Amino acid sequence: MSGGVDSSTVAAMVRADGHSVIGLTMQLWNQRRLAGHEGMPEQVTGRCCSLDDVYDARRVAEHIGIPYYVVNHEERFEHDVVRPFVAEYLSGRTPIPCSLCNNHLKFDQLHVVARQIGADCVATGHYAKVEYDDSRGRWLLKRPTDRSKDQTYFLFGLTQEQLSRTLFPLGGMTKPEVRELARKHGLALAEKPDSQEICFVPGGDYKRFIDAYLAERGEILPDTAGELVTASGEVIGEHGGIHNFTVGQRKGLGVATGSPLYVIQINGAEKQVVVGGDEHLYSRTLCGRRVNLISVEDLSEPMRVSVKIRHRHEAAPALLEKIAADEILVTFDQPQRAITPGQAAVFYDDDIVVGGAWIA
Amino acid sequence: MRRIYLDNNATTPVLPEVLEAMRPYFGEHFGNASSIHHHGQETRAAVEQARDSVASLLGCRSTEVVFTSGGTESDNLAIAGLVSAGDHIITSSIEHHAVLHACKHAEEMGCEVTCVPVDGRSLVSPDDVRRALRPNTKLISIMMANNETGVLQPVEEIGRIAEEAHIFFHVDAVQAAAKVPIDVNRVACDAMSISGHKMHAPQGVGALYVRKGTHLQPLFYGGRHERSRRAGTENVPGIVALGKAAELAMQSFERGDDKKMSALRDRLQQGILAQAEEAGVNGGATPRVPNTANIYFDHIEGEAMVISLDLKGLAVSTGAACSSGAIEPSHVLMAMGLTANRARSSIRFSLGKQNTPEDIDFALALVPEVVARLRELSPRYTKQAVIS
Repeated sequence: MSGGVDSSTVAAMVRADGHSVIGLTMQLWNQRRLAGHEGMPEQVTGRCCSLDDVYDARRVAEHIGIPYYVVNHEERFEHDVVRPFVAEYLSGRTPIPCSLCNNHLKFDQLHVVARQIGADCVATGHYAKVEYDDSRGRWLLKRPTDRSKDQTYFLFGLTQEQLSRTLFPLGGMTKPEVRELARKHGLALAEKPDSQEICFVPGGDYKRFIDAYLAERGEILPDTAGELVTASGEVIGEHGGIHNFTVGQRKGLGVATGSPLYVIQINGAEKQVVVGGDEHLYSRTLCGRRVNLISVEDLSEPMRVSVKIRHRHEAAPALLEKIAADEILVTFDQPQRAITPGQAAVFYDDDIVVGGAWIA
Repeated sequence: MRRIYLDNNATTPVLPEVLEAMRPYFGEHFGNASSIHHHGQETRAAVEQARDSVASLLGCRSTEVVFTSGGTESDNLAIAGLVSAGDHIITSSIEHHAVLHACKHAEEMGCEVTCVPVDGRSLVSPDDVRRALRPNTKLISIMMANNETGVLQPVEEIGRIAEEAHIFFHVDAVQAAAKVPIDVNRVACDAMSISGHKMHAPQGVGALYVRKGTHLQPLFYGGRHERSRRAGTENVPGIVALGKAAELAMQSFERGDDKKMSALRDRLQQGILAQAEEAGVNGGATPRVPNTANIYFDHIEGEAMVISLDLKGLAVSTGAACSSGAIEPSHVLMAMGLTANRARSSIRFSLGKQNTPEDIDFALALVPEVVARLRELSPRYTKQAVIS
């Protein structure tokens, strides 16, 4: 229970269904921790793990009459989400902390706690569907009814074991329906705005977060400054650090040319940022590692799928092939813009999530 | 569901006699104790009678008792009231946050603070305190009994050090009052904090003993209540309750109830250790208040244990909870030198006067079963098993 509308409504729904329900909030990050460091604001409110949100979640639990606890996983969160997030940016990649959090915290640690305290399943407010398919003998992850809220992209890492113990009660509902139901259950936070940004990065400014985090840890920001080069290798300038860039970025390159320039590649080892015209951003293939398959056990044959390469990307038709033990190749029918290392490639067969991998 | 409460160091239920004593002061006897008329005289008499009772409990004069809103206010009043910028304060790493954070604030206001460590038994060393003395040391603040382990600190020795150095000595006795007999003259302290709700009076009332002749800077400005040491109309029902609780505590010492409680605590502790492997008592080798047992269960997450026990009707705690209600490793256990893992696997059982032998049986039937189940599901335990 994050203290938001979705998880609060889920708690009310499963309670109304007659289940024996225990409310849990994961305390993952101390929002006050970096306050005052390197230009971070002194006060941070209205974000996951803030005292206000814990207060809201607790009020909901009281209102619907369930026991409620806060469990502290700050250490795991820092180790499994925050540090990789910082390390990925510093090596020139663009991470997705929400997927790491789902894989390592919400569907791992939280499931451990759930089993320890005697719960059979964990219900969350994610917009996705989970169901068992008899013919395949597998648990399936499927896209939700409300496509605008689809969170399956962040859930591609779920294992069969995790899915078998997961309930997504909002999978068949639209957001307005959820708010309506929250109102019917008398939840005071029915009108609370949606949270959008990365929960531990205030204002979405990840560069400032990295500076403040390293300063607070007493670590020195590694010097990742280097050259700005064109696709043909011509040096056209310098940049202040590769972590300031992401593939497809146009602003902040610090060079003026006749035609618009974009970051087309970040070469972490050489600390080079490769720039070029829009046409250089398109590619037909991607290689993915650390593969997780959901609807199929293995990829013995190449498979026709649709592939999403970022959360806000329209899944594009492609051929999916296994090329090594834990490595896949995706070949799109049409070239795709700004395939970004560090993001996930998630494979869909219509509504069904086939699986996913991290873009190499 | 049957619910058994073994978290009396967090707070205690108000005893029926205490509730009866305070009840008339919500209705019938409502006067402001400062008023000159009959109504004021009634409540003034009640407040002063309560003051006598608290003075008897602490072994001081009635005029040396200042009523406050609780332990935190008493600690803050003692610290902020006795030091000023440029002074040096000595305290310890296992104090309650009411003392630690009050000292931190004093530091921000220009004081110097030395925080002496504790050893593995959770004891402050008087020699460390002596070595920490400086020419500008003005105050030593050390607790009498620790809230998490129950370990009793050598306050009498420290009191002598303070006396010889002619400096103030404040004792946070919130977790000791009504559990062990107290005599402020034996401790030789200048200020001592107690809290009502840790001794079966309600939340929202406490007291600070201030030795006669000690100039104390008040926290609040207003009327001349409490001899100008604590402005604000008295919380009469709370003060009456605290007085009654002090009387009951003295009677129970005469009956030897503290020895019965320590026998119950020992039965709980030994019963648990007999049934659970890789468990032990934090601070168990040191004299403790009779109601507290802090037990570690290696390879277990304390928070999962507290939740599991609560869902089955047993209320215990892992130590100090932070403001959001999340559970962080206890600064007291960490200061004793426990690893973060062991601190997190530690559970505090604390008894109150309402607990019966049947309550202990209930806990003894439940705790080992929950420990076994959690270890079965513990990633840490499995890992250990694989390694060994």
